[in-house]
Amino acid sequence: MKASGRWPEMDLLRSETMQLVQLIVPIESAHRTISYLGDLGLFQFKDLNAEKSPFQRTYATQIKRCGEMARKIRYFRDQMTKAGLLSSSRSSVGTNVNLDELEVKLGEYEAELLEMNANSEKLQRSYNELLEYKLVLEKASQIFHSAERNAAAQRREVEAQLLGDRSIDSPLLLEQEMSTDPSKQVKLGFVSGLVARGKSAAFERILFRATRGNVFHRQVVVEEPVIDPVEKDVFVVFYSGERAKNKILKICDAFGANRYPFTDDIGKQYEAITEVSGKLSELKTTIDFGQLHRTNLLQSIGYEFEQWNLLVKKEKSIYHTLNMLSVDVTKKCLVGEGWCPVFATNQIQNVLKRATQDSNSQIGAIFQVLQTKDLPPTYFRTNKFTSAFQEIVDAYGYNNIVYADHNRVAKYHEANPGVYTIVTFPFLFAVMFGDWGHGICLFLATLYFIFREKKLSGQKLGDIMEMAFGGRYVILMMALFSIYTGLIYNEFFSVPFELFGRSAYDCRGSSCKDAATVGLHKVRDTYPFGVDPKWHGTRSELPFLNSLKMKMSILLGVAQMNLGIILGYFNAKFFRNDLNIWYQFVPQMIFLNSLFGYLSLLIIVKWCTGSQADLYHVMIYMFLSPTDDLGENQLFVGQKFLQIVLLLAALVAVPWMLFPKPFLQKKQHEERHRGQAYAPLDNTDDDSFELEVHNGSHGHEEFEFSEVFVHQLIHTIEFVLGAVSNTASLAHSELSSVFYEKVLLLAWGFNNVIILIIGIIVFICATVGVLLVMETLSAFLHALRLHWVEFQNKFYEGDGYKFSPFSFALIAEDEEY
Amino acid sequence: MYGFEALTFNIHGGYLEAIVRGYRSGLLTAADYNNLCQCETLDDIKMHLSATEYGPYLQNEPSPLHTTTIVEKCTLKLVDEYKHMLTQATEPLSTFLEYITYGHMIDNVVLIVTGTLHERDVQELLEKCHPLGMFDSIATLAVAQNMRELYRLVLVDTPLAPYFSECITSEDLDDMNIEIMRNTLYKAYLEDFYRFCQKIGGATAEIMSDLLSFEADRRAVNISINSIGTELTRDDRRKLYSNFGLLYPYGHEELAVCEDIDQVRGAMEKYPPYQAIFSKLSYGESQILDKAFYEEEVKRLCLAFEQQFHYGVFFAYMRLREQEIRNLMWISECVAQNQKSRVHDSVVFIF
Repeated sequence: MKASGRWPEMDLLRSETMQLVQLIVPIESAHRTISYLGDLGLFQFKDLNAEKSPFQRTYATQIKRCGEMARKIRYFRDQMTKAGLLSSSRSSVGTNVNLDELEVKLGEYEAELLEMNANSEKLQRSYNELLEYKLVLEKASQIFHSAERNAAAQRREVEAQLLGDRSIDSPLLLEQEMSTDPSKQVKLGFVSGLVARGKSAAFERILFRATRGNVFHRQVVVEEPVIDPVEKDVFVVFYSGERAKNKILKICDAFGANRYPFTDDIGKQYEAITEVSGKLSELKTTIDFGQLHRTNLLQSIGYEFEQWNLLVKKEKSIYHTLNMLSVDVTKKCLVGEGWCPVFATNQIQNVLKRATQDSNSQIGAIFQVLQTKDLPPTYFRTNKFTSAFQEIVDAYGYNNIVYADHNRVAKYHEANPGVYTIVTFPFLFAVMFGDWGHGICLFLATLYFIFREKKLSGQKLGDIMEMAFGGRYVILMMALFSIYTGLIYNEFFSVPFELFGRSAYDCRGSSCKDAATVGLHKVRDTYPFGVDPKWHGTRSELPFLNSLKMKMSILLGVAQMNLGIILGYFNAKFFRNDLNIWYQFVPQMIFLNSLFGYLSLLIIVKWCTGSQADLYHVMIYMFLSPTDDLGENQLFVGQKFLQIVLLLAALVAVPWMLFPKPFLQKKQHEERHRGQAYAPLDNTDDDSFELEVHNGSHGHEEFEFSEVFVHQLIHTIEFVLGAVSNTASLAHSELSSVFYEKVLLLAWGFNNVIILIIGIIVFICATVGVLLVMETLSAFLHALRLHWVEFQNKFYEGDGYKFSPFSFALIAEDEEY
Repeated sequence: MYGFEALTFNIHGGYLEAIVRGYRSGLLTAADYNNLCQCETLDDIKMHLSATEYGPYLQNEPSPLHTTTIVEKCTLKLVDEYKHMLTQATEPLSTFLEYITYGHMIDNVVLIVTGTLHERDVQELLEKCHPLGMFDSIATLAVAQNMRELYRLVLVDTPLAPYFSECITSEDLDDMNIEIMRNTLYKAYLEDFYRFCQKIGGATAEIMSDLLSFEADRRAVNISINSIGTELTRDDRRKLYSNFGLLYPYGHEELAVCEDIDQVRGAMEKYPPYQAIFSKLSYGESQILDKAFYEEEVKRLCLAFEQQFHYGVFFAYMRLREQEIRNLMWISECVAQNQKSRVHDSVVFIF
């Protein structure tokens, strides 16, 4: 594009230049073309058939076929996991399988597998039945035996009683009962079988109710589970009468209880048992053989499984893509539109050529660049180092409440905060996390990730681990910067070290008695790098460090915000938007620098001159009573006059930011609208970048003045408030020294090994848990906030959309496609 | 705590309310129905549904499909969601959720009893039962010969037992008194549910009383229309109406004496909310009355989601999902039997 020539090549600062391209592909080579483009992975197709439902599209049948094949593959995977055979070895033997062949093959395998499963299930069922029968035979005979024994014992008892003295309490009817005529005895029928253990109580209850208690029911627990998944009990129900029998049978059916015939003749019982056992062992061998066969089949599937899976996924995605192309009127070629980066033009043309040759097509595919007013997708070429930082920026998703459908990224060709984030993000993190001991811990942890990168990237990690692994380079940078700032702060697990020479201060006398009252005196040159170790542990440590860090944070914050505003200027310059320069950039610069730039100036002056002036006082009274005399807080001549000028400038800047832009936009819009109405021809080549005012392919949108105005208002308020709230967390080193002093030194004081060990353990846990993990997260969050809120809102629109090319590499990664 | 239930609702109910609202946003949309109605085969329907929340339930079904499979799988999804909510729920929400299934329980009992009366296979009948209305000993219903036995054998263990107090007779079961039993049970169930919701109070009572009143009134109208020309006496008919709802008590008096559909219509048109429904149908027509009632119900169920901090959303969600499954069944049937022109006859759109 025209403007790109004026800027140096910076891959990450601006999106790759994109172009809308029309592809006209002959139908015979379409499939191959798309497949090659997928290998290349640099072309994003537009859906030209968005209004059609999935099954009305051209290649719906093929997609259905692929879906069916994917289902079969899932079925195989399922079967393989059940058999414990899931192939981990990704055998990618390059035998080129054709889709049609594969479909036939999959169908055959599925049919075979289904039949085998059905057979083995049938066998298993009859095996189960036999097993249950055997159980019934064994258990029921136990019941009968024990009943017989009991009965015999009872009879003996009764007989013994009869023989002995007749006591008064022996039932009078006993004799009568005993001597009932055997011919009158009702022959009891019985039903035996198995019922699921969970239901057995309900079963018994219903039996009892249905027959009004006229049954005798016995149950025996089966210890070893039958292969049928539920545990079962053997039952025997005795009844009398035909009606009861019918009811019992019905109830058995209702409860899914299997009934088995049983004879009370012992000889026949043994016969049955041996017969059943014989059959059982026969069946067992058959089942085992079937299982072996099935395992072999699954193994042979397993060899090629991954390859098939990938092929089907690829094919499905190819047909999905083909469905996005529209069919030409003659039905001889497909017309596709899509975005691709300009640098890939040659590659894509080569691919098209190759596809034409390989498919022996007579007509080549046509590659044609289209002029468009559509907003192109944003594409940054990232590598494994920069991608994590880019993700931090993309996660911001400025407008994602309005456009909830996709994650918004940087607008096409707007300055990408990702470039600066690579350095500023870890640096701001380190400002809050300055401790080189902790920094080294983080550093070692990320080194582990980075050295084992190849191995770890293949496996599935836990949630938190995955996050840490994904951001390993971010953490590496954070660790390096923390070591750096830690050295400046002179903190090593909150212990000071004299790394860069001796401390500049020393006690006045040899006993150091007056160190706390009178103070130390300077004996050497200033400590060369960072904070003098002597500060540690003094009474004035906290006020000193706080003031230092606070002032430093203000300087860093103002610098960062200025960078943001300046980037806004570059954006406006790039998009040739004078409005944004004069009514946004200039007043913003004035506002920020007249208040906070001035504060930074004061800080630097104070540091250089060693003045005692109270900067809080200066800043507060600059607003409250700007005309008052500064008194002892004056830092330089003419300060009062400068302050009044700056204050006035800041006050002017706010309405300057707020009012003119919407009105001018409205005017511009009206002019353009009029121009369009009269002369629609002459706006073909100008203003290709004034998209943001005149967005969208449909030319004129209604210009909602109130909406734009409110937007501007929000933007202004956001800016003013954002400028005011910019402080950084300082708590890290305080927390660290608490753990060091309260835990480790306290434990040391006891002179007891056990307490010391406990103390060290607590110290390590606290350091790792609270300082390294929780504090890392909190400092990370603060740094994130500083980037998203303080930095990016100065210039970042972030209402573009991401370039998501059609690529097989991405599909292969996606497990659940 | 009347009036303040919103303050504490989220302690126990907040999570599940969020869940149910999430489920609700998964209901098929106008665009989905539009696409479904254009399907040519059941495979198309499957393909379309696999892009919706039904996807995981249908994707492993081998084609060719049957309508029953689609309905079965869709119901399975509803049941899974219901079970998830039930296991997460605490009192009184868990009881409330259980109440929702009693209607299905009554239907299942009636289905089994009628089926065995006509000597159908029990297993076959069990497959037809709604999975939400299953209870342990449901298969045993086949054993019972009369109402008393039915109660004493099986139903005494179920939550339906209290509803039976009105209809225990020793008469043998036949189609007529089974239908009366269904309606008596339903009456008792609705009244009980109504009382339960009133006991919970607050927005739940308010919204549920509206929904349940509508349900009771609809049943009253259906009973009246269906009993025209049968030997059911006016008093018997009157006894089957639930003792609450918009029609209670004066509307019931009028409905009880109706002799044809136009008289029912006359009685109902005195009530403004139902006037709109009846004005849709021309005189002497009752086929599309069901659809009109369903549409009105769906409208009311959707309204329940407009208010927060009440249990009505659970009831409404279950009903809406059931309606959606009915719609899917109808669409699939129409597609399977090549009657696409009739697709719109009985589909009630939910938006």
